[in-house]
Amino acid sequence: MRTMKGIPASPGIQQAPAWKYESDDIEVSRAPVGDPSSEWQRLTHALERARSQVAEIHIRALSEVGSSEAAIFEAHRMFLEDPALLARARQGIFQSEISAEAAWAEGFEYYAAKLEGLGDELLRARAADVRDVGALVLRILLGRERSSKPSPSAPSIVIARDLTPSDTIGLDRAFVRGFATMEGGPTSHTAILAKALQLPAVVGLGQRLFEVDDGALVLIDGERGEIVVEPDVAAAEAFARRSKEVQRIEQEASEHAEEPAQTTDGHRVEVVANIGRVEEARAAIGLGAEGVGLLRTEFLYLERSYAPSEEEQLHAYGEILDAFESRPVVVRTLDAGGDKELRYLDPTPEANPFLGWRAIRLCLDRPDLFKTQLRALLRASVGHDLRIMFPMVAILDEVRRAKNLLYEARKEVEAAGHRTASAIQVGIMVEVPAVAVMADQFAREVDFLSIGTNDLTQYTMAAERTNQRVAYLGDACHPAVLRQIRGVIKAGHQAGIWVGLCGELAGDPQGIPILLGLGLDEFSMAPGFIPHAKALIRKWSFAGARELAALALDLDSAPAVRAAVAASSPA
Amino acid sequence: MQTLRLKVVNEVGLHARPAAMFVQAASGFQATIRARNATVTGDWVDAKSILGVLTLGVEKDHEIEVDLDGPDEAPAAAAIQRLVESDFKS
Repeated sequence: MRTMKGIPASPGIQQAPAWKYESDDIEVSRAPVGDPSSEWQRLTHALERARSQVAEIHIRALSEVGSSEAAIFEAHRMFLEDPALLARARQGIFQSEISAEAAWAEGFEYYAAKLEGLGDELLRARAADVRDVGALVLRILLGRERSSKPSPSAPSIVIARDLTPSDTIGLDRAFVRGFATMEGGPTSHTAILAKALQLPAVVGLGQRLFEVDDGALVLIDGERGEIVVEPDVAAAEAFARRSKEVQRIEQEASEHAEEPAQTTDGHRVEVVANIGRVEEARAAIGLGAEGVGLLRTEFLYLERSYAPSEEEQLHAYGEILDAFESRPVVVRTLDAGGDKELRYLDPTPEANPFLGWRAIRLCLDRPDLFKTQLRALLRASVGHDLRIMFPMVAILDEVRRAKNLLYEARKEVEAAGHRTASAIQVGIMVEVPAVAVMADQFAREVDFLSIGTNDLTQYTMAAERTNQRVAYLGDACHPAVLRQIRGVIKAGHQAGIWVGLCGELAGDPQGIPILLGLGLDEFSMAPGFIPHAKALIRKWSFAGARELAALALDLDSAPAVRAAVAASSPA
Repeated sequence: MQTLRLKVVNEVGLHARPAAMFVQAASGFQATIRARNATVTGDWVDAKSILGVLTLGVEKDHEIEVDLDGPDEAPAAAAIQRLVESDFKS
């Protein structure tokens, strides 16, 4: 038995045999081959396939984890379109007359080595990305489109040197129970993606990890950052106890998942799901989702060369709304940017796309695009409780203009002879601090407010979640964020409207009691968190939660707030 | 044929987003455009290649030389100059 300590990357406790993910050290021969033009054709076809695979992975990542985490696949795409890399490969094929594989491998290895040689840690990470994408194309050329061991076929803990984003998203999740890697840090891609996928992960375990045999039983504790390989009897028993406890809690949570989330003193709140695809809809309902607090619509717009039509959108929204029947579904209108995400719009480069022309700003500048979405939503609304929400609103004028366009869209739909639901709630996301500060004025013009704590925290703390060096600042439990939440809820209630929250904080066991105590009406989270959230809410009294919230908002840091919640008792 | 000599003042140098913007800007023109790091002298790279640009190792306060040749070299030069001199804000 060996116990290995690494860096906790994602919580959870699991046990399963190890499944070693070998990065292919693909051997490519430099021997000359006969036909340069056919080698060139093979390469260009392989590149086309690679581009569409990266596009697919990008979309999947976007709907599963969100756009900042998925941005890495944008870089992959740029590499696949690099003219110098292609020229190098072409030269290899036509001048050295080597195979497509050899020419391509030499090409991307040249750049990867150069980037590594520059010494900067970020550039070394880029080198790894280049190799990741390079290997993808090689596998296609060699007819080995997954590595020789495609995916575990039985429940397993994946062991690897490091896992690239495409690895993590690409593995068939049916049998992955956790990740353990030699390299990586707490905010590396493995950590970010594992958390989003709700699987335990431990990183930075070092070279010793290599010694673990394929199939050896591994216990993983993501919170403690530990793995135990081939546990002895004592370790196995301790694990079994802990895991039984966790399972019991899970079991209880799922048994009661469909029941309402009501505190011990009778205060009821709504618990709903954040989803991005039809497939997630049915699963969410099974996990106790009472509706949808955030339906992301970007999947319809990205990775294509023209905007989706009204009919196409109508079909997609219809499928999702049908799954939810009469439960409320809050749809967020297009929340993507103009610079690279939506190439068919204005490709003007921006220094800071996340602070730039995107979301509602883009939509108001492109009324045809925007109204196409609005018309599709209006038509899909019949027989459902559809609610529409505008992202990244910063000023009142945007709300008014958006509502006007919605009104126009409704007229257009009716003129074309279609029906729409008679009452559709219209709200906005509160993610720009300006809106939080002026919530009282915004509350008067909408039917609801939904707080997007992920971005609100980024803007408030001026730190990117996915930037390893400053990620520690981006904790939504910081009192600066909590006070804004308090203000927004107060303003909403004073105007007689409901207030929801669709950021990670809504599913965070340390955030939930505070949000409960601040009077939040609707908690929207990734479906996997729903049973636990409901179970937790049922343990609390509203009175107790209010006390905790009042206390927490007077503290001076996120760690202090988390400690206070951890130390508190639900009664 | 035109040559520009520009100073990159961005905190991250010609990496990450500034690099992507630089490459995107260059790729919008027909002219052949090359760049090299004038401070840490090295090879010329194709300015439309993100990998090439990244390997220039341009840090904050390094100067780059940009070489343009083609029918639209004048607007290309203007766009690239504006981009770098505005510190990648336009």
